[in-house]
Parts: sequence; structure tokens; C-alpha cells
Amino acid sequence: MFKVIESQMIVPNIHLLMLEAPAVARQMKPGQFVIVRADDGGERIPLSIADWDVEEGTVTVVVKNIGSTTDHLASLRAGVSIPTVVGPLGNPTEIKEYGTVLCLGGCYGIGSIFPIARALKEKKNKVITVIEARSSYLLYWEEKLKEVSDELICITRDGTKDHRGHVGRLTEIIKSSEPINRIIINGCTFLLKRGSDMSRPLGIKTVVSLNPIMIDGTGMCGVCRVTVGKTTKFACVHGPDFDGHEVNWAELLQRRKTYMREEVIPLRTSRCEEHAITSSPE
Amino acid sequence: MPEPQKKKLDLNRREMPKQPPEVRRHNFNEVALGYPVEIAVQEAKRCLQCKNPKCVAQCPVEIDIPGFIKSIAEKDFAAGTRILKDKNCLPAMCGRVCPQEEQCEEVCVLVKKGGQIAVGRLERFLADWEAEQGKLEMPKIPPSTGRKVAVVGGGPAGLTVAGDLIKLGHQVTIFEALHEVGGVLIYGIPEFRLPKVIVKREVEYLKKLGVEVVTDYVVGKTRSIDSLLEEFDAIFVGSGAGLPWFMDVPGENLNGVYSANEYLTRMNLMKGFLFPQFSTPIKNHKRVAVIGGGNVAMDCARTALRLGAESRIIYRRSRQELPARLEEIENAEEEGVIFDFLTLPIRYIGDENGWVKEIEYLKMKLGEPDSSGRRRPVPIEGSETIIPMDAVVCAIGNSPNPLIAAATPGLEVGKKGNIVADEETGKTSKKRVWAGGDVVTGAATVILAMGAGRKAARSIHEYLCSL
Ligand SMILES: Cc1cc2nc3c(=O)[nH]c(=O)nc-3n(C[C@H](O)[C@H](O)[C@H](O)COP(=O)(O)OP(=O)(O)OC[C@H]3O[C@@H](n4cnc5c(N)ncnc54)[C@H](O)[C@@H]3O)c2cc1C
Ligand SMILES: Cc1cc2nc3c(=O)[nH]c(=O)nc-3n(C[C@H](O)[C@H](O)[C@H](O)COP(=O)(O)OP(=O)(O)OC[C@H]3O[C@@H](n4cnc5c(N)ncnc54)[C@H](O)[C@@H]3O)c2cc1C
Ligand code: SF4
Ligand code: SF4
Ligand code: FES
Repeated sequence: MFKVIESQMIVPNIHLLMLEAPAVARQMKPGQFVIVRADDGGERIPLSIADWDVEEGTVTVVVKNIGSTTDHLASLRAGVSIPTVVGPLGNPTEIKEYGTVLCLGGCYGIGSIFPIARALKEKKNKVITVIEARSSYLLYWEEKLKEVSDELICITRDGTKDHRGHVGRLTEIIKSSEPINRIIINGCTFLLKRGSDMSRPLGIKTVVSLNPIMIDGTGMCGVCRVTVGKTTKFACVHGPDFDGHEVNWAELLQRRKTYMREEVIPLRTSRCEEHAITSSPE
Repeated sequence: MPEPQKKKLDLNRREMPKQPPEVRRHNFNEVALGYPVEIAVQEAKRCLQCKNPKCVAQCPVEIDIPGFIKSIAEKDFAAGTRILKDKNCLPAMCGRVCPQEEQCEEVCVLVKKGGQIAVGRLERFLADWEAEQGKLEMPKIPPSTGRKVAVVGGGPAGLTVAGDLIKLGHQVTIFEALHEVGGVLIYGIPEFRLPKVIVKREVEYLKKLGVEVVTDYVVGKTRSIDSLLEEFDAIFVGSGAGLPWFMDVPGENLNGVYSANEYLTRMNLMKGFLFPQFSTPIKNHKRVAVIGGGNVAMDCARTALRLGAESRIIYRRSRQELPARLEEIENAEEEGVIFDFLTLPIRYIGDENGWVKEIEYLKMKLGEPDSSGRRRPVPIEGSETIIPMDAVVCAIGNSPNPLIAAATPGLEVGKKGNIVADEETGKTSKKRVWAGGDVVTGAATVILAMGAGRKAARSIHEYLCSL
């Protein structure tokens, strides 16, 4: 059993959970994820890691409440335990000395981009972090991100903070910055796809952390398969990071909808999921 | 070998009662119901008690078969159980899923006359009898040797190693990637063939003996083999063959195309058939095609049937070549699974929403025998056929998962991703690391995995005693 150390709604519908999982924390690297179950009959769902503490033996995840399992997780209070926290799974994000790196996070990805930015900074990269949300009240961790970034830029759909608009503003931001050597994107599929679309014409290598449906997270079931380039990959073991310019987005978006009918969504679904569903695959 | 016989031969192999097909195709309860006491005793009495029993030599864990059968004939079930458990820590499972017809029963002296003893059914009978008594007999555990062994993977290979070594006084910890121990027995083989309470019972028994079980722990990720070696004197890797193959035909990533592992895991480990009480969904498709002809394919097809689908097996050779156990083929046929023999899918066609809606396949004919001795299927030109289909389950095979090998320097790996280990001892190229079961042989059987576990345990014990 894994104890919930802290549980908090950090902005509407987005929850932070700090979980006691010392063995997982010990091996954690930026870009990896865990699989959790909220209760004994529960589904196994993957969550990216937003932070961890080896000494305290904790891992922190940021959860967007969009369906039954995330809803259950969001309702957990400090002190209770959940049956499964397994990881770290997937390959760490490649961290090297690239020069200038633009880290883009939206939704839960604002959290999971943090350790990536931190590691890039430690490697002496210039880090420009861009975070995106519908409105400024949905942004979080700005202070934390500022500490590990040379520059922090916000995009809000209603213009309540920095740039007004959505990820479409990325092109401008890139062009007004100095040459950018690499882009790393974490968040909902819509953001990953649009971000990659923006950077493709500029020829900037773009790494995205994919989020297909998963079960085991160890390469056993194959449900997480995605097409990258011409080959099928299992996102849990070959990824979750892939080249955003090579991903077959239409397929990923379609595969994510497999259980839509079953997931009679009890709550108002998230904005980004809606976008993912309505933005028609090309 | 001619055996001295006094009494008249009884060649009437006793049938085991089963749920009738029209009933069982609508439920997930066990199909075969087990021998009632009287029938078990009658069956046991047929055994000739060979002085030089061939059956024993064909059992990978060398159970004293005439011994336990004699106890049944004498109605001393407790004694029989002891004999059985002396060699096999998982009899309730082997009695159910062992391919007996290719093992112990294949060489029974009565086989030529068609009356081979139903060794597996008798084994199951005893194991179930013991469970019904409600009190497990605990073996005496010698004082602790202070030696520590880590077992990676809680499938039949790992469970056997754990059971054998704990009984010799060593400390054993099983590390399992999933949230439940049992390997394929838990996530793969369906409830209607191997009820999960049985697997859990056996695991509980090992825990009572003192085996420590750590679930949700992916060795190679949560902790490396090298790091485990700092804490443990020896490591056994029994991580199985859990990497699913696909055929690499167009349309394989459409919605509604599953690997057998996904389909069965949703169903068995995650209890998809109890959705939404259990929260992992599984789809109720109208028409399901299962590609393949082994035990795994039969399990998928029979699962689909129980979920209400018209279920068919698409297999590229003929019935004769089906690699599944005959018993399972017959069960599937009785339940109404449709068999399309000599067909090879070449394309899955999707609808406008990305769901599979049709399969295109080629008709095949059997040509010359290939290296496996089976006649090779060759496509018939111009035989392309398209049939409507709502889901496809790909059950064409699995190979060892490369995760551990990739994370472990110095561990020799074969061409198929299998860990290389000595057949007699299970020793790998890495010091203090043993391996066995499907991760070494590729997908095989429960009893072979257990046999490999037994040999490795023996070798590990020898090593630990030499320290
Ligand atoms: C590598 C990876 C990292 C992720 N990191 C985060 C994170 O840090 N924070 C976060 O909030 N979300 C993250 N997700 C997405 C998260 O796993 C899903 O939102 C979650 O599974 C939804 O479960 P649910 O029961 O609440 O919703 P459901 O109602 O079951 O599903 C809602 C939608 O979530 C997706 N989904 C459903 N089941 C799964 C599953 N088992 N695996 C993946 N996606 C699924 C489907 O597209 C579905 O339409 C990540 C996904 C992946 C693959
Ligand atoms: C659907 C199906 C039906 C079958 N039917 C039959 C049958 O009727 N009769 C028969 O004899 N055989 C049958 N088999 C084959 C049989 O189940 C296997 O040969 C046997 O289970 C192999 O045992 P194992 O212990 O080597 O591996 P497995 O049973 O595969 O167990 C391996 C375990 O290791 C765990 N693991 C993997 N990687 C790691 C890691 N990195 N860290 C920690 N744990 C890890 C896995 O989660 C798993 O629990 C069937 C197989 C399938 C899939
Ligand atoms: S374990 Fe399998 S092979 Fe051995 S006696 Fe039992 S059924 Fe036969
Ligand atoms: S099971 Fe068959 S081979 Fe074995 S002892 Fe009995 S009669 Fe002989
Ligand atoms: S989640 Fe099962 S193979 Fe990736």
C-alpha cells in the first residue's frame, strides 16, 4: 500500500498528490511515469511525475480530473493509502546540452515539465518555459518554474496573463526568441499535436510525451501502441517520449477514444480532452 | 513394457463432468467440474501400479504418480496429497492446465489401448479435496539458513523456486511487476479454465510458509538486478514471455484490434467482465475474430463467446495442426466457436471512425512439411475474401520481454530475446543469477516452467550451502 502524504486541488479540476513510494522515488528521472490504482478493483492509469524526493521517499503527480479513476484520485485525502504505485516506467527524457530549449506544458504537463526544465537547467541549457491554459487562474507552479527557467511565458486563452490565445501563439514566441535548438512538450494530446505542427515548418526537433491508453506499462499488453515514422512502438517501453514530427496523431487520437462509450464520464470533461475529441484528425 | 497383471484390464477412462455447452457459454464459471469421490476412486483403481512407471519420467517435476493414485484407490486422500505436494507445489493448477496428453498420460502403459489413466484429473481431484478440507498441511521448515534469495516474477516458475527454497530454510522474496502474483495463471488463463481463487490459494500457502511477496515492483525499473545482488545472495529470474507479437499487416492499429494479452488481461487480471463494478472496461463486440490456433487463441475465442460475440478462430493451417490442447479445441467447438481453417489475414479495414469493420484474408492450402514437421500453408492465388468483423484478437505468440535483459549488463541473451540459461541448473552467464521458465524457453507450458524452477532451486540451494 502507498500512503497519500498530501492531496490538494491546486487549480480548479487539477489535483496534486504526493505519494509515499520510496523505491520509485529512488530511481526516478525526468520524463518518466508511474501507474497507479486508486482502489482494489481499480483501473491502472499512467501519470507523469511532476516531482519527487528521494530522502522523504515521495513522488508527486498532478492529476487532471477527467474520468472515474482520476476523480477517485482527486477525492483522496492525506493519510489514506492506495494499492498501486509502480514505476518509474518509460524512458527518461533525454537531457543533454542542447543550447536553448523551449519547454511547453499544459494541463497536467505544467507539472511534469518542471523536472525536465530543472534537469535541462542543471545541464547548462538556456530554458524558456511556456505554459498554457484557458485562463490565468488555471495556471500553477509559476514560481517553481521560474526558478528553473531563464524565462517563463504564459499563454492564456482569455488573455488574463501574457499572451492571449492558445498554443497557436507558439510560432510567434519561437520567432521572437533566439534560435531554439529543441522543444519539449508535455500535456494533453491536443497540445502535443498542435505544438508539433507549429514547430515542424521551423525545423526544430520536437519531443513529445505521448499519453495513449495503457494497462501494464511494461510492454506486455500492447494497448499503448503508436505509430512513429513507419513503425509501431509501445509507448510505455519505447517512449513515452517520441519525435512529435513523426507521430501519427490521427491514429493516437482515435485509439484514445476506444473506451469512450464505456467511460460514461461522471463529471464535466476537461477542456483539452474535448479539444482532442473535436479536433478532427487530418 | 509388459506388466504382470492379475485382474482384468479396465480401459474405461472415467469422464469428468462438465457444465453443458449451452449453459457454460453464458457464464464465466469453471467448465470442468472435477471428479466426484466415487469416480475418482474407480479411475484410480484402473492404474496398474507399474513397477517401472513410464508416466513418472514424463512428468517434468517427477511426481510419484502410481504412489498418489494408489492412495486415492485406498481412499487415503491425505496421504495422496502429501505424495503429490512432495514434488508439486501447484497441483490444483497442473491438474487443470497441464497438457497431460503430451506428458504423463502420453506414455501410460494403457495408452495404446486407449485407456490411459487420467493422471491430471486425479491430481486435480486431490488438490481440490485438500482445499475443501479447509486445513492445509504445513510442511516443517528447517531453521533459517540466513541466506536470501530474490525471485523476479511470480509466475509458475518463480512460485516453484520460492516454494522449494523456503522449505529448505532460505529467505525468499518474490518481486512482481503487476499488482497480483501468478503470472499467466492470473492475467492470461481465463477464470472458466482456472478459477483465480485457486491461484490465490496457492499464493497464500506460500506466504504462510514465509515467502515474502512484493507486488508493483518492476525489476529493471524499480530496482536493477545488480542492485538486488547487493542485498540477496542469489536471484532467480522467471519473468515469462510477455511480449505480444503482431503480424505487421495493414490496419493492425485500428480500434478493436487487440493483442491476446490485452484482451485477456482486461478480462482476467482487471476483471473486465465485472465492469463497471471493477473499473477496467472491456468491449462487448458482436463479431470477434481470433487469429491463431494455440491455447491462447482458444482462451480468447471462448472469452469473446462468453461476452456475447459470434466468435471465430482464423488459423492458417488445418484442424490437425492446431497447437492447442485437444480438450480445449473440443470445448471451443462444443461451445460454438467457429473455425476458419486455412485462412491468413492480410489486412484489416477500418470505418470512418477508425474502428475495424472488415478482415481481408487469403485462403491457404497445405504444402510440403516445414522445419517443424508440420505442412506449410501456402496461399491460394486470387482467393482474397473480405468478411465483416467488429474486433480482432491477435493470438499468434509472445516472446520474452526484453526489459530485464536490457537493464542488466553481463546477462547473455539469445536471438529471440530469451535469457540464456543452462538447461540442467538454470545458471545464467551472470554470477549468482539463475533463470527459468518462459523467459528462457520462449512461451511453453506451466509444468515446464515449474520443472525449470525446480532445477534452478536445486542449483541455488547447492550454491547457498557452499557459501
Ligand atoms: C505516459 C502517460 C502519462 C500521463 N500523465 C498524466 C498526468 O500526469 N496527469 C494526468 O492527469 N493524466 C495523465 N495521463 C492521462 C491519464 O492516464 C488519463 O487521463 C487517465 O487514465 C484517465 O482515467 P479516468 O478513469 O479518470 O478517465 P476515463 O474516463 O477512463 O478516460 C478518459 C480518457 O482518458 C484516457 N484514458 C483512459 N484510460 C486510460 C489509461 N488506462 N491509460 C491512459 N489513458 C487512458 C482516454 O483517452 C479516455 O478517453 C497520462 C497518460 C500517459 C499514457
Ligand atoms: C492465455 C494463455 C493460456 C495458456 N494455457 C496453458 C495451458 O493450458 N497449459 C499450459 O501448460 N500452459 C499454458 N500457457 C502457458 C503458460 O501459462 C506459461 O508457459 C507459463 O505461465 C510460464 O510461466 P513463467 O513462470 O515462466 O512465466 P509467467 O507465467 O509469464 O510469469 C512471469 C511473471 O513475471 C512478471 N514479470 C515480468 N517482468 C517482470 C519484471 N521486470 N519485474 C518483476 N516481475 C516481472 C510477470 O508480470 C509475470 O507475473 C498459457 C499461456 C497463455 C498466455
Ligand atoms: S504435473 Fe502435469 S505432467 Fe506431472 S503428473 Fe501432473 S499432470 Fe502429469
Ligand atoms: S499411470 Fe499408467 S504408466 Fe503410470 S503407473 Fe499407472 S498404469 Fe502405469
Ligand atoms: S501499457 Fe501494456 S504494453 Fe504498454
